[in-house]
Amino acid sequence: MNRLLPFEWIAAVRFLREGRLQTMFIILGITIGVAVIVFMSALLSGLQVNFLSRVLNSSAQIQLLPPDQVARPLRGLGRELEDSVVQRPAQRIVSIDQWQKIQQRMLALPGILVAAPTLSGSALAVRGDASRAIGLTGVMPESYFRIIRIPNYIVTGKATLASDEIIVGTQLAEDLGATLGDKLNVQAANGNAAVLRISGLFDLGNKAAIERNSYVSLRTAQSLLGRAGAVTTIELKISDIYAAETLARQIAAANPVRAESWIATNAQFFTAVNAQKSSNTLIRAFVALSVAFGIAAVLVVSVIQRSKDIGILRAMGTTRGQILRVFLVQGGLLGLAGAIIGSCVGIGGLVWYHSLVRQADGSELFPLILDRQLFIVTLILAPLTGLLAATAPAVRAARLDPVDAIRG
Amino acid sequence: MELKGIRRSYRLGKKSQIEILHGIDLVLHRGEFLALMGPSGSGKSTLLNIVGLLDRPTAGEVFINGEDTSKLGDADITRLRGHAIGFVFQEHHLLSAFTAAENVMLPMVVDHDFSSPAIIARARALLGQVGLDHVADHKSMNMSGGEQQRVAIARALAMRPALVLADEPTGNLDSEAADNVLTLMRQINRDSGTSFLIVTHNLELAKRCDRIIDVADGRLVMPTEHLEP
Ligand SMILES: Nc1ncnc2c1ncn2[C@@H]1O[C@H](COP(=O)(O)OP(=O)(O)O)[C@@H](O)[C@H]1O
Ligand SMILES: [Mg+2]
Repeated sequence: MNRLLPFEWIAAVRFLREGRLQTMFIILGITIGVAVIVFMSALLSGLQVNFLSRVLNSSAQIQLLPPDQVARPLRGLGRELEDSVVQRPAQRIVSIDQWQKIQQRMLALPGILVAAPTLSGSALAVRGDASRAIGLTGVMPESYFRIIRIPNYIVTGKATLASDEIIVGTQLAEDLGATLGDKLNVQAANGNAAVLRISGLFDLGNKAAIERNSYVSLRTAQSLLGRAGAVTTIELKISDIYAAETLARQIAAANPVRAESWIATNAQFFTAVNAQKSSNTLIRAFVALSVAFGIAAVLVVSVIQRSKDIGILRAMGTTRGQILRVFLVQGGLLGLAGAIIGSCVGIGGLVWYHSLVRQADGSELFPLILDRQLFIVTLILAPLTGLLAATAPAVRAARLDPVDAIRG
Repeated sequence: MELKGIRRSYRLGKKSQIEILHGIDLVLHRGEFLALMGPSGSGKSTLLNIVGLLDRPTAGEVFINGEDTSKLGDADITRLRGHAIGFVFQEHHLLSAFTAAENVMLPMVVDHDFSSPAIIARARALLGQVGLDHVADHKSMNMSGGEQQRVAIARALAMRPALVLADEPTGNLDSEAADNVLTLMRQINRDSGTSFLIVTHNLELAKRCDRIIDVADGRLVMPTEHLEP
């Protein structure tokens, strides 16, 4: 017993060791509870991170758009509204007024990292007999590719955009029977046309995108779509992605533009995540609660079994406080042991599940994220839960009358 | 150690109450070796627990070294009990989670750790004194009743108490083991001057004590008899 631990710790460890089967079962129970909590938490944050990275890699965090065109209702002086139903006019390709000025202003704002002007429209891509409707996005590669990392998704070729080059999705190229270096005849609705060479094929992992999307230089798009000098959107990359909505509102209030944050665009996702988060929290809380009751039950039984020991200890001068702590420490130690083993089991389960489930295309369903914070929190909360659960039995043990306890 | 007008009653229900001790006056001198005798249910254990500060009287005072313990709070009583009094119970009551040596160390480590060399040495010495050096590292379930009781005596002596209280310490032992245990206690009493108050039903053993106190129905039967002048 050559250990430098105070009496309470040694007695607690000895009592746990002596009640071997009881201790093993309750640690098993805590382990299962902790493992479930760790597994669920890590899985949830993995799925979330996966979705976030997908959203954030394929769209800007804030998009600046020209303001909605509003039809003004006819209104006679001092008279009732003549027609209360106001039809929204069809939206043509509308450009952002004085976009260079707005772009400069955006870059001057703190927290905005990149501002990339783009011009979008639709066109027809023709190659031989095949033709496809495509979405044409004119971009300045040096800024745009810092937001949507097309270069990272290039399958063949390069992400270069000379004035006669076009980058298309892999599926679109296949549909047109074209490959890298082939020329496409691109025709806009206004009758303008250009012959563009495929400089790269990308795969964003999104079916709609690889079927329809194509990128050309901003100038090429402007001349094709007949909108010299115009842009339809300014895409923004910001430093705090969660501040996007607030920032978007500020920008819209101070500039003649609409500003859409990725948070507003993906509102449904956030509703789903929050619903899942709260149901998860609820489940975790109930698991923790049942673990706590398990610990309490085991310790209550232990106090009854040990009442003679407690009486003897009190007779030899052990204080009520010490008896209290002997049982609190037992609760804390049970929680700690369960937390350590449970974390390992939880991680093991996650690794196994990660290798088991795959997306349709064979890629991982969620990234394995073993957040250190999750384990630190677990290693703090589980012993704390044990401690709390031990309170009632410990108080009971401390209150035992030594005479009654010894008599048994 | 002095008891003055000790009464102890227990509640039986909401209203009824039963008095077990009806006013006991008793003086224990330093170094005395006393036997407490009386029929079963006469209140011997109750009295012993009060003397040992394990229980509080309903009325009356317990003085230790002239100090009135009825005025002390629970923490002070506990400390006084730990330092001044050693207990030996009928059923050995060793803690089975600890070895013999650790059991002896327990009263000393209540406010220390187990690693103190002085405490380890003292536990060994005490086990040597009761002739159990060789079982120091055994757990109690592997020891005979007599051995366990000797370990319990060693443990009772750990804090060098002024008084050791033993409630039927030989009650569960065969006569040879009982004789050995009493011999041991007398020897400790002679060597170290520790007082002993022993509840026993065995008149042979009681006769080897300095004085026999008779209890009947919660009262002392006077006068107490001096066996050895
Ligand atoms: N907690 C208690 N409540 C009620 N009666 C008790 C309690 N403890 C002891 N008694 C009673 O007190 C009497 C004396 O008990 P005790 O001191 O153990 O006697 P002895 O040790 O002389 O056999 C017995 O009749 C017993 O039933
Ligand atoms: Mg008794």
